[in-house]
This record gives sequence, structure tokens and C-alpha cells, in this order.
Amino acid sequence: MLNTKGIFFTGVALLFLLCASPLLAADLDRFEGLEGSLDIAGGTAHIPVMNEAAKRIMSFNPKIRITVAGGGTGIGVQKAGEGLVDIGNTGRALSKEEVAKFGLQSFDFAIDGVAPITHPGNPVSGLAAQQIRDIFAGRITRWNEVGGPDAAIHVYGREEASGTHEVFWGKLLNKEAIIGSANIIQSNGAMKVAVSQDANAIGYMSIGHIDDSVKALAVNGVTPSQETAVDGSYPVVRHLFMNTKGEPKPLARAFIDYILSEEGAGIVSAAGYIPVR
Amino acid sequence: MASEKWIRRLLCAAAMVSTAAAFCILLVLIHLVLPLFTSGGLGTVLSWQWLPFQGQFGILPMVVGSLLLSLGALVAATPLAVGVSCFVQVLAPDKVRGACLAVVHYMTSIPTVIYGFVSVFLLVPLMRQWFDRGTGFSLLTAMIALTLLILPTIVLVFHATLREVDRTARATCAALGFSRPSYIRRVLLPLSRRGLLAAVILGFGRAVGDTLISLMLAGNAPMIPSSALDSIRTLTAHIALVVATDSQSTFYHSVFASGLILFLIMILINLALRRLGSSLAP
Repeated sequence: MLNTKGIFFTGVALLFLLCASPLLAADLDRFEGLEGSLDIAGGTAHIPVMNEAAKRIMSFNPKIRITVAGGGTGIGVQKAGEGLVDIGNTGRALSKEEVAKFGLQSFDFAIDGVAPITHPGNPVSGLAAQQIRDIFAGRITRWNEVGGPDAAIHVYGREEASGTHEVFWGKLLNKEAIIGSANIIQSNGAMKVAVSQDANAIGYMSIGHIDDSVKALAVNGVTPSQETAVDGSYPVVRHLFMNTKGEPKPLARAFIDYILSEEGAGIVSAAGYIPVR
Repeated sequence: MASEKWIRRLLCAAAMVSTAAAFCILLVLIHLVLPLFTSGGLGTVLSWQWLPFQGQFGILPMVVGSLLLSLGALVAATPLAVGVSCFVQVLAPDKVRGACLAVVHYMTSIPTVIYGFVSVFLLVPLMRQWFDRGTGFSLLTAMIALTLLILPTIVLVFHATLREVDRTARATCAALGFSRPSYIRRVLLPLSRRGLLAAVILGFGRAVGDTLISLMLAGNAPMIPSSALDSIRTLTAHIALVVATDSQSTFYHSVFASGLILFLIMILINLALRRLGSSLAP
């Protein structure tokens, strides 16, 4: 009795899966019949997208193993270039030297904004672009000069070759160097922790990483968000890339196509970025 | 007899392999830094400004940062370690001694990332509150965490020496009527100076080589600090930061120079301490 019931339910479930799969898994079909392992490393902004995609692919086809590691843009180039991983992620376009040395191919898949951030308890909610430049250059050193509390401004920055730094520095700071005494933070995640712990902090990070623990500052009245980045009113944006050494292998090819597919675009937007389609 | 010969050969081989490995690392580093010498980039690397996008690749502030941080931590940790070791060996009751040693043993196995992570949430905000200056990420913050990190290493090595010396000297000194504090001061410590030296060298090695504590707590500003509350960058943190972001530009080579300088600092400090040690020899 139980057995027939079990069979019945399995049958219903199978039927349901059969009906539903063309809708749900059309984009995953490309992984049918593939197997092997795929290693991904590099930019920290990419990780939420890579992890979600990897999870869906591995539950669709358990014969595929995907590992996702961070490290940063530099690690992404280095590891993909040396053939240590199949896909190396970067938060900036590759430099000429990097393309020349490693023969890497880039796949642009998302747009990400970089926003100035502060502690959620800070009463300042927006600044003029020039004020932000003055703060990061060390010409404005106290919050009361920009309408905030009577406290010193604690400037947090990123290392110069970071993808996040490059876009913020190039598009908002007009390529002016950040004051030498600024604390330099090693990743987007660490930046969020540092700024959320310091009531007088100002820093900058990828819009996709921003949550309630930090507050994005409006720039010239425009609040940085996915919407304002798409319609072009918030200009401090960059592209996120996946890179392979030469032509991608079949599995890497399928992964890249999946990220660029409709379902992939859904994952990209859910992670807070704007898909490139 | 034959087996003794084999043991000797095996030990000899082990020693040769590890020496050769250290020497090879030095050679590889020199090989990697060589382009800097030939391209004349050495002058730009051995300077005081780190602004890579403006062509200034100075790593000397990081050298100063590394030395200040590790020597500071060593200066703080050594007296503490001597105190803990003497207490454990001579003054503490048996039960307390066992507990103390267990804690110290356990402390050596705590990964540095734990110290770093806990300090970000605990020590950094406290430092920010206590001193109304700076962001909490500073030389002093990293120095406190690093002291905690190297303390158990120094205690373990020094205590081992102390135990040996104590075993041979205690009964005699007790018979001569030494009080326990003066026994420590006049007999135990002078006789175990060389053990302390070995412990300090090991502690310094850990301090100067540690990356995560300084990366997470010291603030990483590439400049000479004007006070202990300023942010500094160490050579190890510099390597970690640059490797994480860059891969091919000219200033990537400064990473190898940083590695070579770290290596040389270790050799120099080792030699200096050893020289000091031979002058201390009874």
C-alpha cells in the first residue's frame, strides 16, 4: 500500500518536474552531459553571483564540481593567467600588459556601482562631489564642515590597483590621490565591517555589497543604487568581468553562457548588480 | 651501531634540506628582484612615497612599519614572558602551574586570524574610545594583538630552559638559604640568558612574519607614523594588499623587493642577537 503510494507520488513529482523543467531549467540544459570540475577565483564583488550560479548548476548536475574562491582582482588575473583556475574574475578591465602576458579573454557580465558610504548613525545623508573630493584628499577633515557632528572624519580607502578603488578614484575623485593617513582596507567585506564599526567613518564600496549596516551617501543629490546606475544618473559605475586563458574549455564556456543567460541575469540582479544583456 | 649511523645520516640530510631550502628561497627572491636592479627601478622602490599611479613605489615606510611593530611587540612581550615563566616554574602552586601551562599551550594554537577578527570588533572600538585621536586602526592596536600572539611562543621556549636550569640549581640554592625571589633574580635568570635569547629570536620571527594582525588592525596607511595611534603598513601587509589587487604592472615588483627586505631583516636580526648571545656566554 505504502509502496504504491510512494510510486504514485514519485510519478506526480516526476510529471511536475517534466512540465516545469523547460520553464525552470532551460538555461541549465547546457550542463546536460557535462562533467568535471571548474575552479573560479578572483574579485570579491563577484562571489555572491558565482556562488549562487555554482549552487544551481551543481544541484542540476551533480557530476559537475565548482569551487569559488576570492582573493581580489589581482589574484583573478594571476591564477587564470597561470592556468591555476578556469575562470579568473576581475573588477576592472584587464591592462594591456596583462592581456599581452597571459593571452586572457574577458567576458563582461555585470555593471556595478561604487558608492561612498558612512555609518548608518551619521546624520549626513548626501554630499556634493566636490566635498567628497575634499574629504578624501584631506582638505576637509571634520564632519561639522559638511553639516555633520563635531568629530574628525575617518577616511577609509582601498589599495590603488583594486577594481573598486579604480572606478571611485577615476570617476568621482578625478584621479586625485587619497590622503596618505587613510586606513587601507583589503576587501569589500572588510570595508563594510570597518565602516559599520566606526561612527565617524567614510569609505566606498561596491553597491552590491551594501546592506543595512552601512549607509550609501547621495552624490550631488543622487542616491547610488541599482536603478540610478542603470539610468545613468549615478555615474560611478564599473563592469565586472570573467576571464579565461585563451578560448574557454567546454565547461567554462557553459558556465559563462549561463551567467550571460536569462537565468544568470536574474542571479546577477538578485546580488545587487546590473546584468549586461 | 649501524642503525646509529643511519640516524646520523638522516638527521644530517634533514638539516641539509632545510638549509638548502632557505638558501634557494633567497636565490629566487634575488632573481625576482634583479629586474629592479637592471632597470634602475631600485631607487624608486627604496624611497619614502607609495603612490603607484604617480610612479612612486617607495616601500621604506613599510620597512619602518614592520620594524616598529615587531620590535614594539617584542619589547612588550619579553618581560611579560619572563614573568610568566618564572611564576610558573618557581612561584606557582602545582595546580596553578598546570593550568597556566595548559593555557599557554592552547594560546600557541589559536590562529592569528582569530586574534585579528576579535580585535576588529573589540579592541579597535575600545582604542577609538579611549584615545580621542585616530580611527582605532593603529600601530598600538596591532602591537597589543601581536604581543598576545608572540607571548606564548616566547614563554614556551624560555620555560623549557628555565625548567632545566631550575632542576640543577634549586636544591643547592635552597640549601644556601636563597629566598625564592632572590633565587630567581640572582641565579635562575642569569643562568638562562641564552634560552631567553633563543625565545626572543623565535618571537621576533613570528612578529615580523605575521601578516593578518597588521593587515587587519594596523590600518595599512603607507606612511611613517608620528605617534603610536597612527596607522602604519607592514611589509607583509603590503605584499598581501598588492598581490590581492594587482598582477602585472611595474609596481608589482615592489612585492618581491618587500619579500627580500623581510628576509634580510630576519637574517640581520638573527645575526645581531646571536652575536649578543655569544657575548653573554658564561
